[in-house]
Amino acid sequence: KERMAIPAQEMPTQDPAERRSNMNEVALGYSPEQARAEALRCLQCKTAPCIAGCPVGIDIPGFIQAIADGDNKKAIDIIKIDSLLPAVCGRVCPQETQCQAPCTVGKVLKSVDKAVNIGRLERYVADWERENRLIEIPAIKPDTGKKVGIIGTGPAGLTVAADIRREGHDVTLFEAFHKPGGVMVYGIPEFRLPKAIVQQEIDALTAMGCELKTNFVIGRTRKIQDLLDEDGFDALFIGTGAGLPRFMNIEGENLVGVYSANEYLTRSNLMRAYDKQRADTPIFDSEKVAVLGGGNVAMDAARTAVRLGAKEVHLIYRRTEVEMPARVEEVHHAKEEGVIFHMLENPKRILSDEKGWVNGIECLRYELGEPDDSGRRRPIAIEGSEFEIDLDTVIVAIGNDSNPLIRQTTPGLETNKWGNIVADENGKSSIDRIYAGGDIVLGAATVILAMGEGRKAAAAMNEMLANI
Amino acid sequence: MNKIREKKQLSETVFLMRVEAPLIARERKAGQFIILQLCEDFGERIPLTIADADPAAGTITLIFQAVGKTTKKLALMNAGEKIAALVGPLGTPTHIENFGTVVCVGGGIGVAPLHPIAQAMKAAGNKVIIIMGARNRELLILENEMRAIADELIICTDDGSVGRKCLVTEPLKELCEQDPKPDLAVAIGPPVMMKFCAETTRPYSVPTQVSLNTIMVDGTGMCGGCRVTVGDETKFVCVDGPEFDGHLVDFDNMINRLSSYKKQEAHSCKIGLEGDSQ
Ligand SMILES: Cc1cc2nc3c(=O)[nH]c(=O)nc-3n(C[C@H](O)[C@H](O)[C@H](O)COP(=O)(O)OP(=O)(O)OC[C@H]3O[C@@H](n4cnc5c(N)ncnc54)[C@H](O)[C@@H]3O)c2cc1C
Ligand SMILES: Cc1cc2nc3c(=O)[nH]c(=O)nc-3n(C[C@H](O)[C@H](O)[C@H](O)COP(=O)(O)OP(=O)(O)OC[C@H]3O[C@@H](n4cnc5c(N)ncnc54)[C@H](O)[C@@H]3O)c2cc1C
Ligand code: SF4
Ligand code: SF4
Ligand code: FES
Ligand SMILES: [Mg+2]
Repeated sequence: KERMAIPAQEMPTQDPAERRSNMNEVALGYSPEQARAEALRCLQCKTAPCIAGCPVGIDIPGFIQAIADGDNKKAIDIIKIDSLLPAVCGRVCPQETQCQAPCTVGKVLKSVDKAVNIGRLERYVADWERENRLIEIPAIKPDTGKKVGIIGTGPAGLTVAADIRREGHDVTLFEAFHKPGGVMVYGIPEFRLPKAIVQQEIDALTAMGCELKTNFVIGRTRKIQDLLDEDGFDALFIGTGAGLPRFMNIEGENLVGVYSANEYLTRSNLMRAYDKQRADTPIFDSEKVAVLGGGNVAMDAARTAVRLGAKEVHLIYRRTEVEMPARVEEVHHAKEEGVIFHMLENPKRILSDEKGWVNGIECLRYELGEPDDSGRRRPIAIEGSEFEIDLDTVIVAIGNDSNPLIRQTTPGLETNKWGNIVADENGKSSIDRIYAGGDIVLGAATVILAMGEGRKAAAAMNEMLANI
Repeated sequence: MNKIREKKQLSETVFLMRVEAPLIARERKAGQFIILQLCEDFGERIPLTIADADPAAGTITLIFQAVGKTTKKLALMNAGEKIAALVGPLGTPTHIENFGTVVCVGGGIGVAPLHPIAQAMKAAGNKVIIIMGARNRELLILENEMRAIADELIICTDDGSVGRKCLVTEPLKELCEQDPKPDLAVAIGPPVMMKFCAETTRPYSVPTQVSLNTIMVDGTGMCGGCRVTVGDETKFVCVDGPEFDGHLVDFDNMINRLSSYKKQEAHSCKIGLEGDSQ
């Protein structure tokens, strides 16, 4: 009862007016007092329904109790039994649909917003560990002489690398880009996930003795089969993500000024186009931007456009806010930053001036009909409801498919109709010694799922390697 | 890091560099390109065709025109220095087979990417006719290399300082009018040149391949920035190309998209080294 009376601790954030013009992190993190207060809200339920909501099954009441006891070290150690990327997941997990959804406190108070802020607490202890330089390099078992190649350095690949290297196997990571980290560095912006946090994870792997080969495209620089047959790899893990932008196939989509969210975010984040003084990579100086879509990718693109100086940023989504797949916090932050939300609207075509540059978009209004297969009510266009918005930039953020490069260059690798690699419950693909996980198997999903899959695959790979 | 082994200046603004890249040298095929970066923190990623490769020496050859910030910086680098990042080989290799007679048309710097293709076409048993165009004698590159491959070599300059005084489309048209007409045309050069080459061959139904040089970021199909309209489909040049059926490419849209950052590029380009921007 007493615990129920403690108010949910608000996350301190950068002032919206100020953060509109900088790339610094928006959520500033709990103070030690706030963390303790929040930890005390946990009822330590015997059944701990929250654990079932976490894709990797972290002992949530366990680590929260440790925070309440003032033992941050113990808290982070508990988390790390199941998660290798707590500073990342604490920030970007869709907690309201995962661990916090079934939380008893939220249930009793009849609002998931009032659930224990598990993610924020996780972030708090992960940051505490990093800021106090307490991160230890895990012990590495003696050399086994076995060699594992990991393709892609997103959360899936990084997790597999750590778990396999610990067993004493030799690990080489291959990354197509010049910087490792996958979507965590090229997609998710600095203001949500500081790059230094991802770099910390990479540094830990290098310190463990993992080798990192950037600017290396598997399927082009070397093929999967070459790695196995000629380069002496005993096993491979494919974690190449879902990096193939979808477009809407509407008129005007190839005009000057239309970006995929991947391109827009890569230019800004990875290539640092936001740093106009220093970066060589250009990005549009947009005045009026429309972002099409309602997921995290759309929110990131819209909020990036705000920071790059756009005067108006319109977010156009054909369902309602309830159906939007973005994290609730991102939607909230986007609104605070002045992004204009257009719900139940969808573009029909993109308009241009006589030079072929975007100057507007024509949209249709929608209404919700009967639920479809996904259980969400299907949006139906209202005939004759066309209207136009003046713009100079359009960013398409309606999702990603998997990149076909590895599939096309690896005979015998089974994929499904969406092009995702088919893997069994241990992450094993249709080819011996080749495992896969993360978005390339699941389709565009989440960081925590990619990590969870990576851990499963690594365990299976370690077992396989022990027996050859 | 990839060490520059050799640097040569081919004309006022065109440079050749032989760069260490053993894996790329081994894997690359005609028609493929690399992406390079001069600084991994703030440098941009720019594509350049692999003009030649020596797998034994572990080197690839790049030929580039200094037109803007990155290419001008690169032009200032010398043998012994290192390029921060080089990734490849990217793109789908040229489809090479014995077509019969192939006309290879190269304009300006486009002769560099054309060279490995002409070479491979010749090796596959084709009769290779090469048309090379440049504004003047000074800007003509790889003349000897192309002469060594060609069954017939036609040079055109805008000012007539060497070869014929005409555009490359003129001899191309003449060849199309001959009987038998060529079995294939391959045109690489400025987009406008490729556009008019395709227009020239269209009435004669001579299949015409062009190599598109759209703006790229990753070069692996991740960003879609390089997309072009081909027929009624959208294609990604970095993975589906760079070569396409010239009769289907929407060149006007492609040329527009190439100008996306003209304003920003004009700003960023304050480095020395005189030279025009295209
Ligand atoms: C803008 C954006 C925002 C997101 N926000 C969230 C969020 O808030 N919360 C959340 O949980 N999830 C979010 N996601 C989803 C999440 O980032 C992904 O689910 C997760 O990163 C998938 O991890 P992964 O390891 O499978 O692949 P990725 O992170 O995609 O990494 C794959 C890596 O493989 C490399 N690669 C690809 N092909 C090759 C090749 N042939 N050779 C070598 N390397 C290759 C790529 O360059 C990349 O670095 C977001 C995604 C995007 C795009
Ligand atoms: C597949 C391919 C192969 C190419 N091969 C060669 C080659 O062998 N030799 C050669 O000299 N040039 C080649 N190019 C063109 C070369 O990439 C551009 O000249 C170069 O990027 C210009 O960059 P900059 O910073 O020096 O000049 P900028 O002033 O920044 O740009 C000049 C113009 O180049 C184009 N451009 C700018 N950035 C890019 C980019 N990231 N990607 C592609 N184009 C861009 C734009 O049209 C721009 O207006 C190729 C392009 C492609 C797509
Ligand atoms: S990893 Fe994600 S889902 Fe699991 S406890 Fe942490 S924030 Fe919740
Ligand atoms: S469900 Fe909520 S209150 Fe119960 S143990 Fe989990 S976090 Fe604590
Ligand atoms: S350059 Fe990004 S998809 Fe082609
Ligand atoms: Mg440039």
